[in-house]
This record gives sequence, C-alpha cells and structure tokens, in this order.
Amino acid sequence: MPVHSLERRLIERFQHGMPVCAEPYREMAQQLDCSQDQLIACLQQMAERGRLSRIGPVFEHRHAGASTLAALAVPAERLQQVAARISQFPEVNHNYAREHHYNLWFVLTGPDRPHLQQVLDELEADTGLTPLDLPMLTAYRIDLGFALAEAP
Amino acid sequence: MNRALDAGQSLALRRLLEAGLPLLARPYQHLAQQIGAEEQQVLAQVQQWQQHGLFRRLGLVLNHRALGYTANAMLVLDIPDALIDEVGQRLGREPQVSLCYQRPRRLPQWRYNLFCMVHGRQRERVEAQITALLERHLLSDLPYQILFSTQAFKQCGGRFAPASHGACPHG
Repeated sequence: MPVHSLERRLIERFQHGMPVCAEPYREMAQQLDCSQDQLIACLQQMAERGRLSRIGPVFEHRHAGASTLAALAVPAERLQQVAARISQFPEVNHNYAREHHYNLWFVLTGPDRPHLQQVLDELEADTGLTPLDLPMLTAYRIDLGFALAEAP
Repeated sequence: MNRALDAGQSLALRRLLEAGLPLLARPYQHLAQQIGAEEQQVLAQVQQWQQHGLFRRLGLVLNHRALGYTANAMLVLDIPDALIDEVGQRLGREPQVSLCYQRPRRLPQWRYNLFCMVHGRQRERVEAQITALLERHLLSDLPYQILFSTQAFKQCGGRFAPASHGACPHG
C-alpha cells in the first residue's frame, strides 16, 4: 500500500525522535515545510487507520522497570482462547502467534522482577502451560524504528 | 527555576506519557492540567527524563503491520558463549536487524541465546535476507530457527508504572 508523502516524511523524520517543547507539532511542521494543521491532520489520520500506535516516549526497560520475553507452547485448538487470556494482563504489551512449537510469544513489563514473576506464576496456573521466561541479558541493538526504504 | 513535580505527579505523568501525547497544539499543557501542574514543570521533567536515559526514544510509535510490514521474523541462534558479544555486535550493526538481544538458554526446552528481529513486506524477501545475513557472517552452520509471526493479538507500549490497568488504548 502506498504511503502518502507527508506521512512518509513524518515517519522518516520523527520515528526516532521529535522535539520536546511547548508546541512540538508546530516545530515539526516547520521542519517539513507544511502547516501545523496539515501535520496534525496527517497524524490523526495515521492513528485512525491504525498506522500510528501513539506519539511519545518508548521507555528504556532497564531504567524504567522490569521486562521479559515469554513464550508458551499452546495446543493449536486452544491458541485463540489462551492468547485472549494472555492479552488481558495489563503487563502484556506485544502478544504474537509464531510458527514454532512455542507458538505464543509475548512481552511482559512491570515495575520490578517480583511483579513479573507473580504474573508468570498466575498465567501458568490459569493455562496449565509452563512459560519460557527469557529476560534480556545484553542489548546489541535496541532500535524499534525501521527504515521505510531499507526494509524488504 | 520551575518547581519540580512531586512523586505523585511524576508517576501520573509517566502513565499519561505511556498512553501517548495528545494531538493538540500544546500537548504538554494538556498533560499538565491533568496532573495539576504547569506546562513548564512538565516539560522540564520530560527533558530531564530524556537526559537521564529513561527513554529509548521519543517520537512516533508506528504499527508495522498496519503500514504493510506484515512479514515479522524472529531469528534465534545458538551461539557459543565465548562468541556471543562479537556476533551480537556484528548482527546488531546490520541495517535490517531492528532488535538484537542476548537472552538466556532454557535447556532442554530452549537452546537459542541470540534474538534478532527482521521486518519486511514479503516473507520470501525476509527469508532471503536472513539467509544472506547468515552467510555473510559465517553463521549458516550454527543451529538457528526463523519464527515468523502469524497473528498479532496485542501490540502497545510497555507499562512500567504500577497499578495501571485495562487493555492498551491503541490495541
């Protein structure tokens, strides 16, 4: 699907960082040589179409709390039901089905490690499935943004 | 000099930021009103957090899938411990690798200790790219697997502030 040119420029310019000031959208509009109204309308439309999740900080896990990547091996006939249960936990942000024996993968975040352990124990008790608990040990690259041009 | 936010206000601000900045001409003023503070206090706090490395980045948080990047591969490798830092750093410098983490093995269930994310529009091209990547770094003979995602059940920002509740607003 084609990405509208202002949208594309917005993504390329501001997914990795945007100004922190009283009127950030005005400053972003100046940088892209459009009006603030055009810029806000474009962001609004991106949000309505689900392309923009939100605007703001992505917190650094190591400073902002605890997180882990967890996986479950769910029998195929239970996958939708277990996935829905997992998504209900407010500590779960990303929750994906993947092609593997471990077929449900999700990220847990919380204020500290004991809190995450409690959630892992609770979801094991709920589902009868033992999660893999794979906290990050070393980050070699932590860039969540992506390059429109470079991606295949 | 601005008065600093009190502990309750900064926690409330963190929760509001996790939900996202509003699309208003003065977004920080709007947040300040909700926590009983001044716009300048909120801006000072956000700038301080940014300087102290609390944020990985502050910008547009995109939904890959909605933008057409539906081929989402998690490449997992079993790298000898003595080589993991070197291999992790090399793969982390590859432009198509958006995340590269070392995680623990969980034997016997899980042997893989290096995780890379590669996003793209077409599965075949992502597979080809990963194959080329492994060959370039002489990793093709080590145990690895590619786990493509088949369904996204939930995708939203991490919530670190305690006592938050409910589903993510942007699904």
